Amino acid sequence: MKAIQNDASREILATAQALRWEVSEDFHEKLMEALYTHANEIADRAVTRPGEKPRFDLDRAIDRIVTSRRWGFLVMILLFTMIFWITISLANVPSRLISELLIGTIYPMLNNAANSIGMPWWLSGLLIDGIYLATAWVVSVMLPPMAIFFPLFTLLEDFGYLPRVAFNLDNVFKKAGAHGKQSLSMMMGFGCNAAGMISTRIIDSPRERLIAMLTNNFALCNGRWPTQILIATIFFGALAPAYLAGFVSALAVVGITLLGVLLTFVVSWFLTRSVLKGEVSSFSLELPPYRPPRILQTIYTSLIDRTIYVLWRAVVFAAPAGAVIWLVANITISGQSLAEYIINFLNPFGILIGLNGVILLAYVIAIPANEIVIPTVLMLTVLMAGLNTTGAGAGVMFETDLESTKAILVAGGWTLLTAVNLMLFSLIHNPCSTTLYTMYKETGSRKWTALAALLPLAMGFAITFLVAQVWRLVATIV
Amino acid sequence: MKPEINTEQCETCPMHNSANLLKLGLDMQDWDYVVALAGNPNTGKSTVFNALTGLRQHTGNWPGKTVSRAEGGFDYGEKRYKLVDLPGTYSLLATSLDEEIARDFILFGQPDVTIVVVDATRLERNLNLVLQVLEITDRVVVCLNLMDEAKRHGLLVDERRLARDLGVPVVPTSARSREGLDLLVQTIADVSTGKTICKPRRFQNEPPELRKAINILVEQLNQLFPGLPNARWVALRLLDGDQTLTDAIQNGELADLVPEISQSPAYSSDLKLEASS
Repeated sequence: MKAIQNDASREILATAQALRWEVSEDFHEKLMEALYTHANEIADRAVTRPGEKPRFDLDRAIDRIVTSRRWGFLVMILLFTMIFWITISLANVPSRLISELLIGTIYPMLNNAANSIGMPWWLSGLLIDGIYLATAWVVSVMLPPMAIFFPLFTLLEDFGYLPRVAFNLDNVFKKAGAHGKQSLSMMMGFGCNAAGMISTRIIDSPRERLIAMLTNNFALCNGRWPTQILIATIFFGALAPAYLAGFVSALAVVGITLLGVLLTFVVSWFLTRSVLKGEVSSFSLELPPYRPPRILQTIYTSLIDRTIYVLWRAVVFAAPAGAVIWLVANITISGQSLAEYIINFLNPFGILIGLNGVILLAYVIAIPANEIVIPTVLMLTVLMAGLNTTGAGAGVMFETDLESTKAILVAGGWTLLTAVNLMLFSLIHNPCSTTLYTMYKETGSRKWTALAALLPLAMGFAITFLVAQVWRLVATIV
Repeated sequence: MKPEINTEQCETCPMHNSANLLKLGLDMQDWDYVVALAGNPNTGKSTVFNALTGLRQHTGNWPGKTVSRAEGGFDYGEKRYKLVDLPGTYSLLATSLDEEIARDFILFGQPDVTIVVVDATRLERNLNLVLQVLEITDRVVVCLNLMDEAKRHGLLVDERRLARDLGVPVVPTSARSREGLDLLVQTIADVSTGKTICKPRRFQNEPPELRKAINILVEQLNQLFPGLPNARWVALRLLDGDQTLTDAIQNGELADLVPEISQSPAYSSDLKLEASS
C-alpha cells in the first residue's frame, strides 16, 4: 500500500514538472493580478466612500513633517532628547527616596538583626553586604528611570511614530547595502537586543539578516540605558549650569544613541563590502495610520511587561553578582584580596584605553546582563579606594544618591575621560550572553555568533584607546 | 415562597455564554478546538488576541511585531479553545519566514477555525490575504476590525455584502474598545462546532492553458488524496515548484490533511450561511 502511494506521489510530481513547461511563465503574476482585481471588486461592492471631496487629513499633515527630508531627522532628535530629558529630570527624586528606604533604613536594620542573632561575620557579609546591597542598588538606580522611560517610549511606539523613524532611516540603510527592514529590527534592539535578534526574522535574505544581527548590538538596550543616563547625569550635567544640567545630560545620551545608529550604518557598509557581499533587496514599508495612544493601558503594560521584567532580570543577575563581588573582595591571599589582584592585573590595560581595572572586571562579571555594570563598578571602586569605614568586610557601599555616587567615583580616580569612555564602551562591547545565545539559536552558527561577540569588543577597545590617546595628547598641549 | 428560577435555558442562551467568557491566558491544557489568528500587519490582530485570551502581549504598531507564534487560550460555552497568533503578513506566498510560518500553520496545523483580522479602512489590500487563506481552508471567520476608524474616516462597510461575496462569516469589531468581540467569539464557536458551515467562493478566472494543467493535477490529487480540502491550491503550488508542498507529498504529510470519513461529525446545520445558496 505504501509503495503504491509512493509511486502515485512521484507520478503527481512528475506531472507537475511536465505541466510547468506548458503553462506560460508569468502565470504566477497573472494569478496575483487576478487575485488583486478580485479583492478590489469585492472591496468596492462592500465599501461606500463618502461623496464629499477629501477633507483635511491629519495623518498626512503629520507625515509631511516627520518624514520630510528636511525636518524628519530634526524632529526625531528633538523627540528623543525630550524623552531623555523628562526621564533624567524626573528620575532623581524617586531614586533618592528608594535608596533612603532600602539602604538608609532597611540596611542598618538587617545588620542589627544579624548582629543580635549572632550571625558569623562572613555570612552576614555575604548575605547583607553582598547580595542585599547589590540588589538594593539595582532597584534604586534602575527602577525610576525605567518606570519613566519605558512608558514614554511605548507611547511613542503606540502612537505610530516608530515606523516613521524606520521610514526615515530606510534610505540610509539601503545606501549602506543593508535591508531597509533593518531599521525595524534596530528599533526593537533599543528595547532588548535579544528581542532585536528575533525580530530580524522579518528580513528574508539570509545575507541581510546576518548584517542586521551583527549590528543590532549598536542599538542601546534596556540594560544599558540606565548606565548611560546615570553617567551622563553625574559627569555631563555637572559641566553645565544647574538649570541646563538635565538638558545637557539628555544631549549626551542622544549623542551616544546617534553614534550607535551611525556605527550601525558604518559596520553594515563595511560588512556588505567584505564578508557579506551581495545585492540589496527591496520591500514596501506601510506607514500605519496614527492612533491616539491609550495612555493608561500603555503605562500599565509597559510597567508590567518591560519595567518589571527588566528589573526582575537585573535583580536575578545582581544577587549572585553581589555575592561574587563580596567574595572576590573578601577572599584574601597573603594579605591582598582576590579583587585587588585581578584589578591590579587589569589596570594597566584599563588605563591605556581610558578606563580602569575596576570597569573591565565589572564588564567580565556583567557578561550575563549589562544591567549590573554600574553597581559592580561602584562596589569595587569603594573597595579599591578604601572608602569603607564601617560594615562587615570589604566591598561594602552605602550612600547612593548622585552626589555621593560621584564622590565615590572621583575618589576611585575617575575623570571626565573615564566617563566618556565608559559611555562609549557601554555602547560598543560584546552583547550580553542572552543575546548571543539567541543569535546562536537563530543562525545555528558558532562562527557568526563569535563574530557578533568579538567584532564590537575589538571595536570598543580600539575606539576607547583612540579617544584616550587623543584626549591625553590634547590635555598635554592645553 | 420563592419563585423558582429555571436556569436550564440560560445555559443555551448565547448572551449567557458570552457574559461568561473565561480568559485562560497561557493555561491551554486539553483544548477542544484550535483557532488560528491571521491578518495583515497593523490590523489590531494582537489586540484581538489579547482581548480573547486576557494575555497582555505587547501590541506594536508596525509590521513584523509578531514574528513567531504566540499562543493563548479561552473557555467559552464549556469548550476550551487554543488561540494561535500567527505573524502578520500581507500574503501567504511563503517568500519569507513569517509568511511561511503563517501558511504552514494554516495548512498543516489544521486549525478548526482561522480568523483573518482585516482593517476595515484598507479593505482592498487586506482582502488579498483573505482570498489566499480561503484557498487553503474553508473554515474562516473574517474579523472586520477597526470599524471605529472606518467610521471616523466616513467609510461605510457593508459586512453582509462582504460575507455573501466571500462565503464566510464576517464580524465587524473595534477590538481596541472591545466592540463586537462577543459576536466574534460566538461566531468562532459556531464555525468550530459546525453549527455554521462556510462555503467560500473561490474565484476561477485563470487562463485556459493554466486551467487545463490545474484540472489534470487536481484529478490526480483527488485520486491519491480523496477529499483533500484544497486540491486546487495544492495543484497551483506544485506548478509553481513549491518545495514545502513537494516534500509534503513525498513524505505523506499531505495525506494527513485528508479528513477521515469517521471523523466527520453529524453537524446540525440549522444555521446556514446566506452565501451557501
